[in-house]
Parts: sequence; C-alpha cells; structure tokens
Amino acid sequence: MIGRGPFRPRLVRPDRDDRAQSQDYAKAERFRATMLPHMDAAYTLARYLSRDPSAAEDIVQDAFLRAYRGFEGWRGEAAKAWLLAIVRNCFLNKASDMAARATAQPIDEWAGELPPQLVERTNPETVLADKSEVAMLRATIEQLPEPFRETLVLRELEEMSYKDIATVTRVPIGTVMSRLARARQMLAEMLLPGAGREAQA
Amino acid sequence: MSLHPDKVPLIHGLVDGELDAANTLAIEAHLKTCPDCRGEMSRIEAVREMLGSAALREPAPAALRDRIEALIEAEAPLPVTSRAAAPRTASPLRPSFAGGEITAHIFSRRWASGAFAGVAAAFLMLTLVVPQLAYTGTEDQLVQSHVRSLLAGHLLDVATSNRHVVKPWFNGKVDFAPPVPELADEGFPLVGGRLDYLDDHEVAAIVYRRRLHVINLFVRPARTLSLPVGVAARREGYSLLRWTAGGLEYWAVSDLDPRELQLFHQLYSARSTS
Repeated sequence: MIGRGPFRPRLVRPDRDDRAQSQDYAKAERFRATMLPHMDAAYTLARYLSRDPSAAEDIVQDAFLRAYRGFEGWRGEAAKAWLLAIVRNCFLNKASDMAARATAQPIDEWAGELPPQLVERTNPETVLADKSEVAMLRATIEQLPEPFRETLVLRELEEMSYKDIATVTRVPIGTVMSRLARARQMLAEMLLPGAGREAQA
Repeated sequence: MSLHPDKVPLIHGLVDGELDAANTLAIEAHLKTCPDCRGEMSRIEAVREMLGSAALREPAPAALRDRIEALIEAEAPLPVTSRAAAPRTASPLRPSFAGGEITAHIFSRRWASGAFAGVAAAFLMLTLVVPQLAYTGTEDQLVQSHVRSLLAGHLLDVATSNRHVVKPWFNGKVDFAPPVPELADEGFPLVGGRLDYLDDHEVAAIVYRRRLHVINLFVRPARTLSLPVGVAARREGYSLLRWTAGGLEYWAVSDLDPRELQLFHQLYSARSTS
C-alpha cells in the first residue's frame, strides 16, 4: 500500500495514552509487510522438514507466533532467513513429538494433493506422468538425511544464498557448501541413471 | 584425468552464482580443460533442473494463513478496536475510521499545545500524509472480512438473488438502507447479504458475484470526517474500491481485476440512483 512503511514510525507522535497501542499497531503492520510474504516458504520448509502436512501447519503457526513476539529482535536483516530460522527451531522443538510419525510418507499421499496447475492440464497421460514425477521427486528429497535435506530445500526450493542458509541452519558457509554438494550428489545417484558411480570416481 | 575433488565446491558455487570474479575465472578456465569436471557440472545442473518445478513447493493452506492472520490481530488489535475499549472517549475531532490515528495524533493535546512549528508540521502531515494513510487500517479489516466471508458458511446471512428480499432483510439490523440493485444482466448477479463488522460497528455486506469471483460490498453511513474522495487500492492480491454516495460510504472488496471492480462500481451507482 502506498505511503506506509518507513514513514509511519517517524510521523506518528503519539501522546502517552496512545503510544503503546500505536506502537503495537505499527509493529503488526511491519510484521505483516515483512514476514507474511514468506508464509509459503515457511510452509514448504516445515513440510519438507517434518514430512507431515498437519505437523507442518502446527510448526508454521507456532513459528509465526514466536516470530511476532520476538519481532523486536529482528534487526532488518534478511527477513526470510530470520523467519525460516524460527521455523527450523520450531521443527526441532517438535521433532521429539514427531519421531513416532516421522517415517517417510508413502508416495501416494503426495500424489493425492497435487497443485491445481497440474490437475488442470487436459492430457491425462501428461497428468499421470507429472504426478508420478513430482511425487517421485518429493519422495526422493524426503529420503535425504535431515541436514542435507534442509540445506537442499533452502537452496533449490527457497532459492536462498549460502550466507542465508548458513544463518538458518547455524553452521559455517563451508558446511553449507559441503552439505549441498553431498545432497546433490545423493540426488544425482537416485535420479540420474548411471550418473552416481561416476560422480564419486 | 579424473574429477578434481578440490574443484567440486567451486563448481557448485559457480552454478549457484556464489563465486567472486577471481574464483569464477579460475573455475571456468579449469572446466575448459577438464571433461570430468564438466561432467560433474552438467550432473549438478541436471539435478537443479529437476528440482526447478514449482510443484515441489508447498503453498501454505488458506486455513493456516487465516489462523496466522487472526493470531497477529489478536496480539495487536487494530487501533480503533483498542481505542473503543480504552477509558478515554473519542473527541469530536478524532476521526473514527481505523488508520486515522495519525490524524488523531495531530489533533491530540500535544500537537494542539505545540508552537508554530508544530502546527506547520501538522499541516504538512495532514496535507501530505493523510490522504495516503488514512484508510490503511480499514483496508486491512475489509480484506480480512472479505477473506473470512469466503470460508465455508460465512458468506451469507440471507442467500437470495432477489433484491426485494435482501433489502428488507437489512431493516432493523442496520439503521440505514443500502441500495440493492439488480445487476445480473450486466454479469454481476446478486447472491445475498449479511451483517459484518467494521471498526466495531455493524455494516451491511451485500454480496455479488462476477463469474467465480465474490464481491463483498460493505456499506455504512459516511462519517462526518470521512473524505469524499474515492480510493482504489490493491492489498494482498485483493482489490478495494471506496466511494461515497447519498450519505453512505461504500467499500467494494474482491479478488477481481481492479478495472472490473470499477465497472461494478459504475453499474451499481447508476442502478442505485435510477
């Protein structure tokens, strides 16, 4: 919306009665503008970390509440990285509860909820092929061990820089690079026929 | 010749666009002379290409989005809501639409007792800022109301395409009579109406459709301080259009293209007066 954002904090000169509430309001507005756009990214990460749709919803909701309450701690650095670090922490906190359910989902479960753009395609053979390919890719990513999976998802699906991935996963950039290389190598072995062994030679 | 393990991180860095100029040049020179490393690079790119499908990403479910937005709203009530709950009552000069808080501050004691500079600054802010900012809180509420209305079972209190049913239904529920023209022949069929809340007051919501899109038209008495100007805005992918007529303030909210919403406004206004 025009005119919002940087203007607001400087222009509002509340008297004492209104100060707290207008600060609350400004905070909420700032939070909406900076953090809500990353909700899909948050959900994607939670989904691939937890491998469970309803757990992912819980994680993201929990993460946004924590993010809001800790929003004063955000210093204007990359918003997405800041938020996804919280999502990841929420997942880790929940991980022990999840342990029982965390076994890999059967491929059918992914195939049941394809995004509409695939369903809308008219050629049924294409639809089937896409379904199985997307489902297969998702299942393959989910099979990666956690540190490699999260690094790969942050890079390939969330399109984050090494530096931001390092922030989210709290490891040095060198570790990000080696995890990413290893994750891609594992995927190449699983997805590209005949490519795996050569790559290790 | 075999793959150079020491080069592999650089190849990844190259495809990710993470290398500085010196390293980029170095690894590109190496790739020219090393077929194995070129092979590694094409494998990396093949994997990246497979993962490029947007279908692998997961959009947040709408219900989750609603819950999170409700959660933020609960943490920080909109100013008008909290102002109504505050012991201090609104002064006559205090604008009662949400988002008017800046205007409110300008009129507050601190400004009123200020020196000339303060008055000048207030005047500047009033002229420069208020037209842009005055409606933001209301717009948020409107979009939230619109989104809530789309959840199952919330759209309509009275579901009928008959305007002679919708119009009397509002009698006794709101203390004004919003026009409910029939626009089906223009491609905007009437769907029904419901009561909604805006800035803590009951408003009439008249619901029309355009193809598969829902238009919520919120109607309330125009406030004395509300500006007679029209507002067209986009917010979170929704179009909002404000106008006033006959002492009533109208806000149309939809996911329609703004031009179609404008068309709706013109038809509605034309039919309301005839």
